[in-house]
Amino acid sequence: MTSNKREKGLIVIQLSGGNDGLNTVVPYGRGEYYDSRSTVHIPQDRVLPLNDEIGFNPSMGPMKRLWDEGKVAVIQGIGYENPNRSHFRSMDIWHTAEPDAIGTEGWLGRAVREMDPQGENVLTAVNFGRGLPRALGCPGVSVASVGDLETYGLFPDIEDEELRMFTLEAFSRMYGNVAGRDPVMSLLSKTGQDAYVGADILRTAPEQYSSTVEYRSDSLSKNVKSIAQVFLANLGTKVYYTQHGSFDTHSGELPTHAQLWDDVAGSVGSLMEDLKEHGREEDAAVLIFSEFGRRIKDNGTGSDHGSGGVAFLIGGAVNGGLYGEYPSLHEAEQINGDLRPNNDFRSTYAPILDKWLGLDPDPIVNGQFEQHDLFRS
Amino acid sequence: MTDQNIALMAHLMRRAGFGASRDELERCVEQGYEATVEELLDTSNPNNMPDDIIRRYHAEQSELRDLAGSAAYWMYRMISTESPLEEKMALFWHGLFATGYTKLNQARSQLNQVEMFRRNGLGTFDQLLLEISRDPAMLVWLDNQDNHGDAINENYGRELLELFSMGIGNYTEDDIKECARAFTGWTLGNAEYMSVRAYKDSIWPYSRIAWHFDYREEDHDDGEKTFLGETGNFNGEDIINIIAKQDATADFICTRLFQFFAADEVSEQGQRCIDAMKETYFESGYQINSVLRTLFNSEYFKSNEARFARVKGPVEMVVGAIRTAGSHQTPELGIERVSNNMLYMGQGLLQPPTVEGWHEGTEWIDSGSLVERVNFAAKELSDVNSPGIRAIIDRLAATGDGVLSPEQFADGCVDLLGPIDVADDTRSVLVEFASRQGELDLREREPGDESERRVGNMLRLIAATREYQLA
Repeated sequence: MTSNKREKGLIVIQLSGGNDGLNTVVPYGRGEYYDSRSTVHIPQDRVLPLNDEIGFNPSMGPMKRLWDEGKVAVIQGIGYENPNRSHFRSMDIWHTAEPDAIGTEGWLGRAVREMDPQGENVLTAVNFGRGLPRALGCPGVSVASVGDLETYGLFPDIEDEELRMFTLEAFSRMYGNVAGRDPVMSLLSKTGQDAYVGADILRTAPEQYSSTVEYRSDSLSKNVKSIAQVFLANLGTKVYYTQHGSFDTHSGELPTHAQLWDDVAGSVGSLMEDLKEHGREEDAAVLIFSEFGRRIKDNGTGSDHGSGGVAFLIGGAVNGGLYGEYPSLHEAEQINGDLRPNNDFRSTYAPILDKWLGLDPDPIVNGQFEQHDLFRS
Repeated sequence: MTDQNIALMAHLMRRAGFGASRDELERCVEQGYEATVEELLDTSNPNNMPDDIIRRYHAEQSELRDLAGSAAYWMYRMISTESPLEEKMALFWHGLFATGYTKLNQARSQLNQVEMFRRNGLGTFDQLLLEISRDPAMLVWLDNQDNHGDAINENYGRELLELFSMGIGNYTEDDIKECARAFTGWTLGNAEYMSVRAYKDSIWPYSRIAWHFDYREEDHDDGEKTFLGETGNFNGEDIINIIAKQDATADFICTRLFQFFAADEVSEQGQRCIDAMKETYFESGYQINSVLRTLFNSEYFKSNEARFARVKGPVEMVVGAIRTAGSHQTPELGIERVSNNMLYMGQGLLQPPTVEGWHEGTEWIDSGSLVERVNFAAKELSDVNSPGIRAIIDRLAATGDGVLSPEQFADGCVDLLGPIDVADDTRSVLVEFASRQGELDLREREPGDESERRVGNMLRLIAATREYQLA
C-alpha cells in the first residue's frame, strides 16, 4: 500500500478569512502605508526588515530566521484579475484554479489523481482537520481527513479498548468480502477497507516518531506536528493540507493578527527544525496562502476585505527571495481602495506542480502561466 | 421473521422522509399503505419546532444571514417536522435548482428560497419554474440581474433549459438566446442600493438584508421571439408554459424524481415506472404530488428491486440517524457542530458545489466521507440514553421472555433499525459479535447498565455496516 521510501512532500497551510498582507509583509519604508493605516499598522521600529522597504510582522521571528537562511520565497502582490471579495468565492477560485467559471475539481485533487491514478496509496494526500477542502476534492480521489491523529480512524468514541478492537475487527470482516457482489456493495467494501487500512497505517506515525523539537500548543501547531509525524513515517504521502484562522480581522486586528502569526510562524519554524533534525529539510516545501488581502485603509480597529495578498513558499530546496512586485499604494493604481495584484496565483501553483511534484501543470491549473523560479535546481 | 408490511412501510418512510420509529411504522401499517402515501403528500399542516423557540436559544438563528447557523436551522426543521416529505421535497429542489452560498453570501435569501420550495414543491411544475425564475437568490446566483433588454446575459436562460427542465440536446443555442431575452428585466429590487453596499460593506458584500424580486418593464425586451418552434412576443411566463408542456421536460423531471426517491440506477422496470409518472405529469396538469403518488403506489417502488437501491445522501444519513436516536429534540447551543457533519460527509446544506448540484449515488462514497458517515451514525445509535434507542431496547426486552440468544439479539436489532436487508456474511459477523458475551438478558436491566450497553454496542456495529449506507 505504501512505498516506505522518502518522498518529497508539499505541505499547504491555508490562512482562512483573508490575511492582511500589508501587516504581514509590512511596507514600512513607504509613507503611504502609515497614511492609510492610521491605527492598524506595525510601527517601523518593530518590523523585522527584509530590506529598506519591507519587513516581516514582528510575530514572524521564526520565519525571519528561515528567510535569513535563504529558505523563504515571499510572493508579493499575488492574486487574480477582477478580485472577488467574497471569502467563499475567492477561496473557491484558489482551490479550483479557475477564476472565471465555477470549477468542479480541486487543483490538488487533480494532482493526486495524476500521481496515483489507480488510487493505490490511500494516503497520497492527507488533510489535517475535518471536512475536505475543495482544493483536494476530485471525483474518484480518496483523501483521508484527520481531525486528530492520535484518535483518527473508526469509532473514536469507544473508550473501552477491548470493545474497540472487537468492533474494528468486526468492521474489517464485514467489509472484507468483495467477491461476487453488485457494484455498489463492491465499492463500499473496497472503500471501507481503504479507510480501515489508511487509519491503521496512520496510527503508526505517532508511534514511530521521536524528536527533540517542542511544538507550540495552538491548534495549527498540533496539526503541523501531525504533518511532521506522517511525513517522517514515510507513508508515501505527497500532499499535506491544513488550515488556520480566522484571519477575518474586521475589528481588534492587531492583537488577533499577532497571535495568529505567532501560531503560523511558530509552527513552521518548529516543522523546519524538526525536519532538519531528521535530515529531511530538503524534502518538504510549505506553501502558505490566503484567499485575499485586506483593504489599504484601516477601519479604525481592523481592516475590510481587499485584494492583492502575499503568499510564501518555504523549504530547504526553495529559492529564497522576493517574487512578484510589492503592489503600489498610490491611489491611482488601486482598485477601489485595494491593492492591485500583479502576479497570478497560478504562476506559483505551476512550478510547484512542475518542478516539485513532477507533473504537467497546464491541465491542472487550466492554462499556461509563467513560472516563478521557486526551487533551487 | 421480518414483517413484510413493516418492511415496506419502512422503505416508504426512508424515501419519502428520513425514516420512522417502529411505533410510527405500526401506526402507518394500521392505517394502510395508500392512506400513508396520502398523509405524506398532504403538507397542509406541518408541525415542526417553532421558530421563536429556536431563536430564543440561537441569536444566529434569528437573523439567519450566516451560513452555518442557517444550515443548522434547516437541519432542525428536518429533525422535528411531522411532515417529512415537505422537507424531503425541499431538499430535492435544493439539489436540482442548486443555489450556493459561495457566490451569494446571503443565507437569508437562500432560506427564503427553501421556504418557497416548501410552499410550491408539491404543486405544479410550471408554477415552481415561475417562482424559481423570480427567486432573488437564483437571480443573483445565475446573474439574471445582468440580463438586460439591450445586452443579454444567457446564464439563467441556459441553465433553465439544461439543468432545470429539459436537459441538453433538446433545444438549440438560439432557443437559449431567445429564452434569455424573455427573462430580461427580471431582476432584483433596490439593485442600486445593493451595489453601493457592495462597495461599502466587505463583510456582507451583497447586503445585510434579504433581496426581493423586481420586474422592470423598461429593461425588458418585448420584441418577437421564436422559442422551441413557437413565435410571439414572449415574456418569461410564456417561455415557462412552453417548457412545461415538452416531453423532454416530463422525461427530465420524472427521471430526476425517480432517482431521488426510488433508485440511483434506472432499470428496464424502472423506466416503465418513469413512463407512468410522465403520463401522470401530463394528465394532472404538471402536478408534482400526483407524479409522486404514481411513483409511491407503483409496483416498482414497492418491489424488492427498489429496496436499498439508493446510497443515502449525507443529509439523509445525519437527519435519519438523529431521528432514529431521538436526539437533539430541543434547541442546543453549538448545534452547528452537529450539522457540520453533513459537510464533512460531502453535502453542506445551502452550499451545493455548483449549479449542477451534488453528484449523488456512489459518488457520496470515498474513504474520508465513509469514516465520517460511520462514526456519526455509530455515535448516535450507540447512545443508550437517547429516547429512540431506549425505545428499541424496550422492544427487544419484550421479545420472548427478555432473554435473547445471540441470533435473536442480532436479528432483533437489525429488524428494529429498519428492517435492514443484511447480507448473510454481514449477519454472521453480527451474530458472532452478539455471542461474545453469550445470551442477552434484559429482564432486570437498569438504564445504562451493562446489558443495555450491549444493545448500544450492537446498534453501533449495525450503523457501521455497508447495508446501513443504503436507503
